[in-house]
Parts: sequence; C-alpha cells; structure tokens
Amino acid sequence: MKKNKSLLLSGPYIAWMVIFTLIPLCVVLFYALTDVDTGAFSFGNIENLVLYLPAFWRSILYSVVSALICLVIGYPVAYYMAHCRPTAQRFLYMLVMLPMCMSFLLRTLAWVGLLQDTGIINNFLEMLGLPRLSLIRTPGAVILGMVYNYLPYMILPLYAIIVKIDNRLIEAAEDLGCNSIQVFARVVLPLSMPGILSGVTMVFVPAVSTFYISNKLGSTDIVLIGDIIERQFKQGDNANMGAALSLLLMVLVFVCTGIMNRFGSDEEGGVLV
Amino acid sequence: MKKANRIITLLIFVFLYAPMAVLIIASFNVGKDITQFEGFTFQQYAEVFRDRSLLTLLGNSLIISVLASGIATAFGTVAAVGIQGLNPRMRRTVMSLTNIPMTNPDIVTGISLSLLFVFVGSKLLGQRDSLTFWTLLIAHITFNLPYVILNVMPKLKQMDRSLVEAAMDLGCTPLQSFFKVTLPEIMPGVLSGAIMAFTMSLDDFVISYFVTGLDFITLPVEIYNYTKKQLQPKIYAMFTMLFLLILVLMVIMNLLQLRQDKAKNGHRRG
Repeated sequence: MKKNKSLLLSGPYIAWMVIFTLIPLCVVLFYALTDVDTGAFSFGNIENLVLYLPAFWRSILYSVVSALICLVIGYPVAYYMAHCRPTAQRFLYMLVMLPMCMSFLLRTLAWVGLLQDTGIINNFLEMLGLPRLSLIRTPGAVILGMVYNYLPYMILPLYAIIVKIDNRLIEAAEDLGCNSIQVFARVVLPLSMPGILSGVTMVFVPAVSTFYISNKLGSTDIVLIGDIIERQFKQGDNANMGAALSLLLMVLVFVCTGIMNRFGSDEEGGVLV
Repeated sequence: MKKANRIITLLIFVFLYAPMAVLIIASFNVGKDITQFEGFTFQQYAEVFRDRSLLTLLGNSLIISVLASGIATAFGTVAAVGIQGLNPRMRRTVMSLTNIPMTNPDIVTGISLSLLFVFVGSKLLGQRDSLTFWTLLIAHITFNLPYVILNVMPKLKQMDRSLVEAAMDLGCTPLQSFFKVTLPEIMPGVLSGAIMAFTMSLDDFVISYFVTGLDFITLPVEIYNYTKKQLQPKIYAMFTMLFLLILVLMVIMNLLQLRQDKAKNGHRRG
C-alpha cells in the first residue's frame, strides 16, 4: 500500500524525466547515426568526428587550465571567507554569488572592451607611456574569460567545505608539532578534497562546452567544440554532425565526472580511516 | 598568511567586479563606445522606459522563470516525497536520472531537447514551427526539477519519520499530515530549491537559445542577438538597473537572515 503510494507520487516525475532527458538523448543518438542528406542509417558522422579532434583537445586543454587556475586563485579566497566573522562571511558569499546572477554575455562583452587593441587597458597603458599589448584574440584571453565566468563555481563549493572543517583538528595538528605548511598539506587540504573535486567539475563542464567566450575573446583559429556544435545547429544546417559532436562531448563529460567521483569516494574513504 | 589571503581576496573581487563596473559606467556614457567615456547622461535610462522593448523582454524572462520554477517546485516537492518512499535500488536509479541534466553540459541539454521537439513537431505532428513558448517552458521545467529535488531530498532524509506517523495516529489524513507536518518541516529546502530554480531560469541563455521559438524570446537570448550586431547602449542601462535590483534583494535577504539569527541566539541565551 505504502509502496504503491510512493510510486504514485514519484511516477509522474519519473515519466517526465524519461521523456525529457532520456528520450532526447536517444534522439541525439538517432540523429548522430543518420545521414544528413539521405536520412539513412550511417556511421559517416561518427567517422567524421576525427576531423574535429583538434578542437576537442583544445577545449579540454583550455578548460583544464582554467579549472586549475580557478582552484589556485579561488582557494585562498574561499579559505579567507571561511575564517571571517559570520556576518562578513555572509556578505562575501553574497558578493561571490552576485556576478552569477548577471548576464554572462554582457560581462564577457565587457572584457572585449577591456582587452581589445583600442580597449580600456591599452588606452591606460598608452596614457602611462607604455607600449600597447595585443591581448584579445589570444588563447590567454579565452582562458581569462573562462576563469572569470566560472570562478564563483569554484569558490562556493570550496567555501562550503572549508567552513565545516573542525578547527580542533588544526589545533591538534599544531599541538603535535606541525608547522603551518604541514597543517595545510596534511589536514586542511585533504579535508577540503570534496570541495576541490566538485569545484573543478563545476568549472570544467561549462568551460569545455562554452561557445560564447571563445567566439568573443578568441581569434578565428581558436575554435572550441562548443563553437562548432553551435554552428552546426544554428548556421551550418548539419544537425546530424552536430548531434554526433554533442554525443562525443557528453561522453567526455560523463567520463571526466565519473573519474572525479571515483577519486572523491576514495578520498572520503581515506579520510575515514 | 592571513594578510596574503586578504590581499588575494581583495584582488579577486576587483577582478570579478571590474567588468561589471565597466558596463555600469558605460550606461551613463553619451557615446556608444564602451571604451571611450564622452560625457555623462541619463539618456540610456530614459530610452529603456521610452522604447519598452527591453522591458517586454524582461517581462518574458520573468513569466518563464516564475512559471517554470513554480511548477517545478510543486511537482518536484511531491516527487521527492514519493522518491523518499521508494526502495533503495529504485531510489538510486531515480537519482541518477535526476543527475543527468545536472552533469550534462547545457549545450547538450539544449540540443537534445530541441531535437526532440523538432522531431516530434515536424516529423510526427507535421507542424511548421515546432519551437514555441511551450517548448521553452518544458525545457525550463526540466532543468529546474533537479534543483528542487536535490534541495528537498536532504531535508526529507533529516526529517523524523515518527512525526508523520504521530500526525496520522492523531487522525490526520495523509494529505493533512503532508501539509501540516511534512511541508513545514522541509520548507527551507523547498524555498532554496525554488530560489535556485528561479535564478537559473531567469539567467539561462544556452538552453533557451536552442529551444526558443520566434514567438517568445527572453532577455538573455535577445542580448545574444544584440551582441552579434551593433550593441545598443540602453542595454547597459538595463544591466545597471538589474544589478542594483539584485544587490538590494540580496542585502535585504541577508539582513533578514541576520535578524533571524540574532533572535535565535538571543532566545538561546535567554
């Protein structure tokens, strides 16, 4: 009786998620395995994926670098936040959240204004009598855009974990003769591992699939996989090739998050022992 | 060490806010170029209210996000109660299903839904424009649902099961016990799920971009269309106003929380 009621309550939700998440993925698979002109079954799109491997590698490289930079600069911020007074913590949390609520398109566009050859930074340099730099349309600009857009996704989970670390553990380590570097390496860092893993995932996934950032801040030869997929659907009219690319992107992300989760559970086990 | 962290934190906040400062300054600019400040004016703000097209788009965004997050919250909360009662294996399966839209990149979610809608619409139903307001709404509900479920489930798990049983023993019907006992108990989770869903919906560009039709366009999608052409400076004025609105809302929420905490602490001390 009780079991039937649970099924009755969750049934519509399960049906909804099957219809609007699982079946659409099957449709993607269907399109990926269909020829664009004839509509017949074909492995052509899958075979053609090889052509786009350079873009895939570039996307992975840029987003891994971005995630690592976010981790390195986000960690001190999260650590500082977690050790503020509670009122200050809440205020800083709000300040990290706020950019996430604002249009990322416009914020990225602001970077174009800052970085372009006649942009704000270069105008400033000229005012100081320094030579202009070519900043935009470089790999660095794309990575900067990714770091800028997704940094809050790193800081917030890190903060959530660090703030929960029991201070007595740190004191105990100090009492037992650890210096501050050892305390960090042996106590704080291992305990913040779950936050690091979820932060890295939350930066990596949107970064690897972005299409706007590279479009605005990168040069025409810095094409990421997201750009290609967007073009296949919105301009190129080859939805079937786009579907094959999306499928590969999805597999890539699932493999990466799977590895991360694997890491995560191992770490947790380690901490427990 | 602490000092170094403070300096890094300060620099990071400058980094996070500098581009927004550029946009806000641009909203008062006489000229159209974001890089050259030619003089101070409120003209762009007047333009937003005179021309109204941006306000209509913002209205569209609000309609979609209020509807989608509202439906997802009601639907998701009921579903979470059901999922909680399923056997562990079934529950795990349903939770992996819930995690699919969370792990999938937005672009894949958007494309898969758009392909489904086009496939069903044009091939099965023979429609010409298969992407409409309704497909946009369905897409938003779909990516909002996991946020509700993932916020409500932990609260349900924490809840003392005997409370519900006690209510039933005292003569409540299952429906009454849900509204009088379960719902108040899980309310914080329901609320944070709803807020998260709402903000995700309001600001969503990627998924909307792929599933939106021509009949109903939201603000982020139109901003994207603008940034491909010449950007109209009134967008900066819109940005500034939204920035202030969200800032004020967040400060108010913080102050309320602060007062609540103080009341709680005072109570405990007294």
